[in-house]
Formats: sequence, structure tokens, C-alpha cells
Amino acid sequence: MITKKMLLYFPQSVTEKPIVYHLVKDYNLIINIFRAKVTPEEYGYLVLDVTGTEEDIKKGMAFVETCDVKINEADKGVSWDSSKCTHCGNCITHCPTHALYIADQKTRRVDFDSSLCVECLSCIGNCPFDACSTIF
Amino acid sequence: MKTYEEINSKIESKKAVVLTAEEIIDYVEKKGLEAAADEVDVVTTATFGPMCSSGCFLNFGHSKPKIRITEAWLDDVAVYCGIAAVDMYLGATQLRHNDPANMYYPGEFRFGGGHVIEKLVAGEKLQLFALSYGTDDYPKREIRTWFDINDLNQAIMVNPRNCYQNYNVAINCSDKPIYTYLGLLKPEMKNLTYCSAGQLSPLLNDPMYETIGIGTRVWLAGAQGHVYAEGTQHTSVCSRTPNQVPTEGAGTLALTGNMKEMNPEYVRGLSLVGYGVSLSLGIGIPIPILTPELLKHTTVRDRDIKAQVIDYSSDYPNKTGKVICQVSYEELRSGEIRINGRQVEVGSLSSYAKAHEIACLLRDEIKRGEFLLSQPIRKLPIGQPMKSLEIRGKNQ
Repeated sequence: MITKKMLLYFPQSVTEKPIVYHLVKDYNLIINIFRAKVTPEEYGYLVLDVTGTEEDIKKGMAFVETCDVKINEADKGVSWDSSKCTHCGNCITHCPTHALYIADQKTRRVDFDSSLCVECLSCIGNCPFDACSTIF
Repeated sequence: MKTYEEINSKIESKKAVVLTAEEIIDYVEKKGLEAAADEVDVVTTATFGPMCSSGCFLNFGHSKPKIRITEAWLDDVAVYCGIAAVDMYLGATQLRHNDPANMYYPGEFRFGGGHVIEKLVAGEKLQLFALSYGTDDYPKREIRTWFDINDLNQAIMVNPRNCYQNYNVAINCSDKPIYTYLGLLKPEMKNLTYCSAGQLSPLLNDPMYETIGIGTRVWLAGAQGHVYAEGTQHTSVCSRTPNQVPTEGAGTLALTGNMKEMNPEYVRGLSLVGYGVSLSLGIGIPIPILTPELLKHTTVRDRDIKAQVIDYSSDYPNKTGKVICQVSYEELRSGEIRINGRQVEVGSLSSYAKAHEIACLLRDEIKRGEFLLSQPIRKLPIGQPMKSLEIRGKNQ
């Protein structure tokens, strides 16, 4: 079993299809949705973790693509801009999964581990220097 | 015993022994105080954090025809124009025109004076919009134009209060989230925020203001500035530990420096949700090791420096003076702290990482002979308490 984090981009036309239902039911995938906006008449997105065998994930994603949904594994829903970060550490208590953390106790520099990020967006408003941003 | 002249001549010949306030701790432990005091010439201290009482005087030069500016905005942020024709003062906490502030609570405060100052130092283009009533000698009544810092005659940072000697630790004992200048404080004491560079912080390494005084040359965001006065709210009468380190706000410095010489990395506008805008500044101050006693003060460690935990939901706004407890910066930097039987997560608004960078930059500038020390022309006041504002009259 492996887990992949991915972003699905929905065109206007397919927002009514129960894609996640089919991924669970037909392809045995475990879906953990972090963020979703799927509204009729608009472009939508889904940020999720998909867990399953490599084979099932591959088949599931092939099905998703037949629905005209674009899959992107490289995009990050939440980004941290190291050049804007001043390493003050204000974010630390607002990040529930410690994706933002003090990387080195001596220099007290902050770092971001995007694999731990659950996209709660709490860092976005709490960073005084606008170092955290969301693509949606 | 050394003199300023002796230390400066060693700096000029690039032979000065300079360590940061962090490095000096182990150095003195290894060498002993007397031997280390003989060897070490300068200890560098630093801090990087929000300093709301910051701002700058700008002079634009005269347009053709001339204007005597009475109101003006830089990138829609209002500046103070009640001075000479084309002079103005821009304050770090000024909001942008039409910012809804906390009308839609909590406000975002995305842009303001601190951000304009950051853009200026970064050399970015800004918009000037200025108005006047018009006079015989200054007939122009309106100007809209673009400029950057190189177009100005002067851009002088003048900060009435920087480098607070120590600072409160903010916590929220209520059942609602609160938005403060120390960030979002979650209900029921779930987190707290502190704001000091602790063992690196300038005035914690010279607790009785023996070398840092009016006229002291400082590293102000990369420029060579100086202390021009005691900072506003400078309060030397306060609670102190036996080694004279204050456990509350205490001393402050008024600093000035040329913005054209500053490094934008250390001049950063900030937005505090539900509170407002401000400016984070990087400051480094060298301490000359004239005597072993001065050296001893610079060996202060995070574990020896205490700060007061205060409830910002009630005791702080109502000025009750109540302190929940005292904690050391060593405890704070551990990331979690126990208060009244609860584990509390610790956040910070002062960047130790940046303060450390600055202490190293200043150390290296002094070693290269590029930064000389200046003896204060006057000491900061000792024995000065803090006054409060009395609300007088019927409608108290």
C-alpha cells in the first residue's frame, strides 16, 4: 500500500459525477480529502491523499482522467516561501501537524515539510510576513 | 581595563577579538572571566522583531511649480505633513487608506506603513499622492507621481522606541480566541507568544546601560545608525533579578539611521490579524569589553533571563498588573511550557535566527575594521519610573 497526495482539477462539466465514490467502490482506494470546492457552474478542485496498491491507484487515476479531470501530483495546495519567512516562529503553535517546525534548535530556523501539511490553512492568516500561501 | 580608543585602534588594524553574545558564554566558561576580559574586545548583540514605534522622515525635493504639501499618501498610506513643504513622516503602524480595519473582525491588515518602509528600502517604485491649499509661493495644489528611494534627498529612519530590554509573554485565559500584537492567542491557554532575542538581545547584555547610551553607534538593518535618545517608555526602575536583568519591559532605545544604506532583508513589514500593521527590524549593538564586569553581563544565558506571563484577554487590557508566573527564555525555547498544570505550546514573534545572523554580521564587520565603536555622549536615565495616563473628568 502506498499513499499519494494529489490535486484534482475539475472542469465545469463534470462536477456532478460522484468520482470519489467510484474511487472507493470500484478501485478499493482509501481517500482522505483535505480540501474541496466542487460547485456547479464553476471550476472545482479536490486536494486529497489516495491510499491503495500502486496498481489500484494507477487504474483509479486512469478512470479519473476519463472524466476530464486533470491530476497533478507536483502542485502543492499550500506553499511556504523561504525568502519571505523571517523565522520568527509564530506559525509553530498554529500548525497542527508540525509541517511548519523549528528545523534546528541552535539556529532556530523554521522549515516546512509539505508531506505533513493537511491544508488547514491556519498558517495563511497567522504568518505576519505572508510567507504561506494557497493556490486556491 | 581597556578604553574605547584602544579598542577602536585594534579594530582599525583588524586585530580586534570579537565574539557574539552567544559565543561569549562558552568562551568565558572555558577561559575564566579575567583572562577572557583581557582578550576579548567586543561582544556583539542583536535582535529582530516587530518594533511598532518606527518610522522615517522623507524629503522629496521641490517640483516645478512648487507645492507646500499638507496631506499626502505613499501607496495610499497616509503620512504626516505638518512640517516643512516637502518633508513628511511615515509611521510603521499607519493603515492603508480605506482599510476596513476590524470592521470585519478580525481584520487582515494586509498593507500599511511598515510595508511601505520595506518597499522603500528594497528600492521599489511607490506612488506619491499629495494635496495642498496653494499659496503665492507654493502654487501647486495636487501631485500624483512615482518615485523610489534614490529619487529622495533624504530617507532617514527615526524610531522613537526600539530594542525593548525585555518583554511580556502573552497568553489567553478566556474561552474565546483573541487577536493581539503578539498574534492570535487561542482560548484556554492553548498557546502563548514571547518576543525577545533573550541572551542575544542588546539591553539584556548591558542591563544597567553602562555602554549603550545616547550616541552609541548601532547596526540598524545594515546601516550604521546611532542611539539619538532614550526610547519612549524607557523605564529603568523595574523588577530585576540579582544580576540586574529586568524581568519586565524596562529600557528602550530611540534609534536613527540612513535608509539608503539599509539591507531590505532586515526591514520587513508585517500584518497581525485582528490587530494591525507594523515593522520588523533587525538591530545589532556592539558592547565594548572595557572591564571584566561588563564582560560578565554579556555572559547572561537564556536560563537566567525571566519574562512575565500575562493574560492578554483581561489583565493586560485592564492594566491590573497581575502576572500569572515568570518563565525563563530557556523554558520558552523548549517549545512547550507548563502553566497552572497545563501544557502550553510556545510561539514567538522575535526571530532568534535573524538575531543570530545579525550578531554574526556585525561581528564580522568589526573584525574587518568596517565598524568602529562610539562612546556615548550621555547615559540613558537610571532611576526613571513609568507614568500612567489618568482619565480625568466626569465621564470616567
